[in-house]
Amino acid sequence: MFERLSEGFSTALRRLSGKGAITEDNVREAMGDIRDALLEADVHYDVVKQFTDEAMRDAVGREVTKSLEPGQEMIGVVHDRLVAMMSPADGSEPGVPRASPSPTVVMMCGLQGSGKTTTCGKLAAYLKKRGRSVMLAAADLQRPAAVDQLRIVAEQVRDEMPGGATVRFYAEPDKVAAYGKAVGVAVDVCKRAYAEAQKQGVDVLILDTAGRLHVNDELMQELERVNTALKPHQVLLVVDAMTGQDAINSAKAFHERLAIDGVILTKFDSDTRGGAAISVKHVTGAPIRFIGVGEKLDALEEFHAPRIAGRILGMGDVVSLVEKARDQVSDEDAERMAEKMAKGQLTMDDFLGQLRSLRKMGPMKQLLGMLPGVGSAIKDVNIDDKQLDRVEGIVNSMTAQERKHANLVNNSRRRRIAHGSGVGTTEVSQLLKQFDAVSKLSKQMSGMGMMGQMKAMRNLEQAGAGAMNNTQLPDMSGLRTRGSTHTVSPKKRFKQRKKR
Amino acid sequence: MGLFKSTFSKIRQGLTATRETLLGGVVDMLRGRTLNDELIDEIEARLIRADVGLTPTRRLIDGLRADYKAGKISRGEDVLEYLKRELKALWPEEDRRLRFAPPAEGGPHTPTVILVAGVNGAGKTTSIAKLAKALRDEGNTVLLGACDTFRAGAVRQLEIWAERLGVDVVRGKQGGDPGAVAFDACDAAVARKIDVLILDTAGRLHTQDPLMRQLVKIRDVTARRIPGAPHEVILVLDATAGQNAIRQAQEFSGAIGVTGVFLTKLDGTARGGVVIGVREALGVPVKFIGVGETLDDIQPFEPDAFVEAMFATE
Ligand SMILES: Nc1nc2c(ncn2[C@@H]2O[C@H](COP(=O)(O)OP(=O)(O)OP(=O)(O)O)[C@@H](O)[C@H]2O)c(=O)[nH]1
Ligand SMILES: [Mg+2]
Repeated sequence: MFERLSEGFSTALRRLSGKGAITEDNVREAMGDIRDALLEADVHYDVVKQFTDEAMRDAVGREVTKSLEPGQEMIGVVHDRLVAMMSPADGSEPGVPRASPSPTVVMMCGLQGSGKTTTCGKLAAYLKKRGRSVMLAAADLQRPAAVDQLRIVAEQVRDEMPGGATVRFYAEPDKVAAYGKAVGVAVDVCKRAYAEAQKQGVDVLILDTAGRLHVNDELMQELERVNTALKPHQVLLVVDAMTGQDAINSAKAFHERLAIDGVILTKFDSDTRGGAAISVKHVTGAPIRFIGVGEKLDALEEFHAPRIAGRILGMGDVVSLVEKARDQVSDEDAERMAEKMAKGQLTMDDFLGQLRSLRKMGPMKQLLGMLPGVGSAIKDVNIDDKQLDRVEGIVNSMTAQERKHANLVNNSRRRRIAHGSGVGTTEVSQLLKQFDAVSKLSKQMSGMGMMGQMKAMRNLEQAGAGAMNNTQLPDMSGLRTRGSTHTVSPKKRFKQRKKR
Repeated sequence: MGLFKSTFSKIRQGLTATRETLLGGVVDMLRGRTLNDELIDEIEARLIRADVGLTPTRRLIDGLRADYKAGKISRGEDVLEYLKRELKALWPEEDRRLRFAPPAEGGPHTPTVILVAGVNGAGKTTSIAKLAKALRDEGNTVLLGACDTFRAGAVRQLEIWAERLGVDVVRGKQGGDPGAVAFDACDAAVARKIDVLILDTAGRLHTQDPLMRQLVKIRDVTARRIPGAPHEVILVLDATAGQNAIRQAQEFSGAIGVTGVFLTKLDGTARGGVVIGVREALGVPVKFIGVGETLDDIQPFEPDAFVEAMFATE
């Protein structure tokens, strides 16, 4: 999609390149592609319309920068607008406030099946890790075994998650009743949970409410009553990231009744493009605070608008990849590597080291899916991690000298390496060729700005996609991603980007 | 097979006024209007807002425009007829029936096995309870298999439904092998001469390869224990889902050969239009819809009502 978008704009703007300003006719057609991309990503129809109209106004009259491809410049404009749309208006950071007197009350609400209970557990784990004591209160008296589920989750956070703070659980199992039979009872349960939390000196009280439809007046009133009785400091709406056009309707209704303070997007580890994020932010104005990225209790991440913007445009999720990489590599290592890359001194040993830490990050297909353009390209490709064993095998069969100076490898050496690692000589050549391409590229890329990197990435993508077809080395792109972004932390980069 | 018909007509009569609105009836935007380019644009927007997706929407709108230009369609109401025709062609009635194991002729008793799968929170467990009740009310003996050994409280949830229904559940250890539960459930169904065995599975994202492989294993276990099983593989899709549901359907189908969709949560404002894309991409029909949280909130899927609901008041 990113490819197509970028090309659409490039064609439309090529004539202009370097000589003038963007006109409406130039962009109209390409904007059509943007519109399609956003709709395919599940951004709401009305939001898309408004968005494309505004982006068009933004673009028209802009000078086309000489040095860049105009198509990418336009994508940049669109990307920045998406980021702006999803970023909190006040620039605030995710987190749970400290109320005084304690406890801080956080109320979770949302549609059925959006992931509230699991998210309660994740938030509790997040707080526990930060030294804040938590009480989880079961206010879903309706769904069978919802109380049991929260109790188990609370125990898991208490017993298995890092941090020293206490984790408590509050429930009144005897109040549980079949659907529609106990509406309103949750209000009193929440009040008593509050009193208990206060008595115990708990820092944060999290209320897990039953999932409900925004059109169910009776159940929505129940939430309103909890809201009036406890005056939660944070009302968080839990939204499934895979939600389609309806996200706008439900978010709006919840917001009108409860004045949402923030949003948590769940199931972001799926391959959804996640356009619901924009719709929800658009109608509630409430910032998206966290994203859920897995079923485990530590699978909760702070939300970063640029990441999701890229994903919506089909640009992949490079930043997540970088962060994953950070978990595996120390800062000094990374810096040393970046320096080497900048000087074009990358060796096969470095490569092997990188390959190994890359593989620690998870299955290749998942990692590659985060790269711009690659995600959709490899949807149906079966990536065999065994392939990487062979790559390791090849490098292992090289002498120390050869690893340092890959250009030493002549025909007879190549045969020896192939023999030693049990592969064909062409495979060895291919690996060396790709290694060469990547090390050249990484040299070029260091010192480029965002636009330049995007361009370079695109070139690499093409090389990468080619590599995929003959099932060689899809992983080398990971090498570049990490080296190229490590000199500045992702957070700083976002700030810089925002300033531009 | 006339199965389900009587149960469902009873349910239908019991529908409340609001539900009737949700399931069509009020087709305000088309009634009494003359078709023109502007209205066609509005219809296009409506389809997209119903999650029908760009490609199916374009196809439907192109067809509509062609009929309009050819003078075959002129009134707003005709649009409904056009869309109903299109969707009925997509989902012929025979495709929408539940598949059963062939009746045993002198051979050993063969339970019908229904395997139910879907992403987290789609509504699997609740839908299973609804299906179990409908089947039981039609005189079938039903057994449930609790193959969600992963999610906290999942087994208990299924057991509570089963207690309310008076049917049995085969369960295993929390955190245990779901394949082993499927194995035991199949053998229990055969031994007890059960008519229908329904297997609940843990919610999983279609992007999680190991969990998808686990599902294949469950499927294989049933096939080894009972000839022809699973006879029906139901993918539960949430009507609020957007275009990602097509990826879900592709991945689940690829892994376990989905034979029907159970579309849940149609009692909200979501229209579930993505099932059109699912059908176009995979040929899988929608068989049932969920319209609430109680046991009777199940209906057979009807293309007519589905189309009308799309044009009901938003
Ligand atoms: N309004 C409405 N709610 C539904 C419907 N079907 C299921 N639900 C609700 O959706 C929520 C999730 O349903 P479950 O049956 O637990 O979903 P599941 O797919 O089994 O969930 P996991 O096993 O956790 O993946 C519950 O609160 C159900 O009551 C429906 O048709 N309409
Ligand atoms: Mg379940």
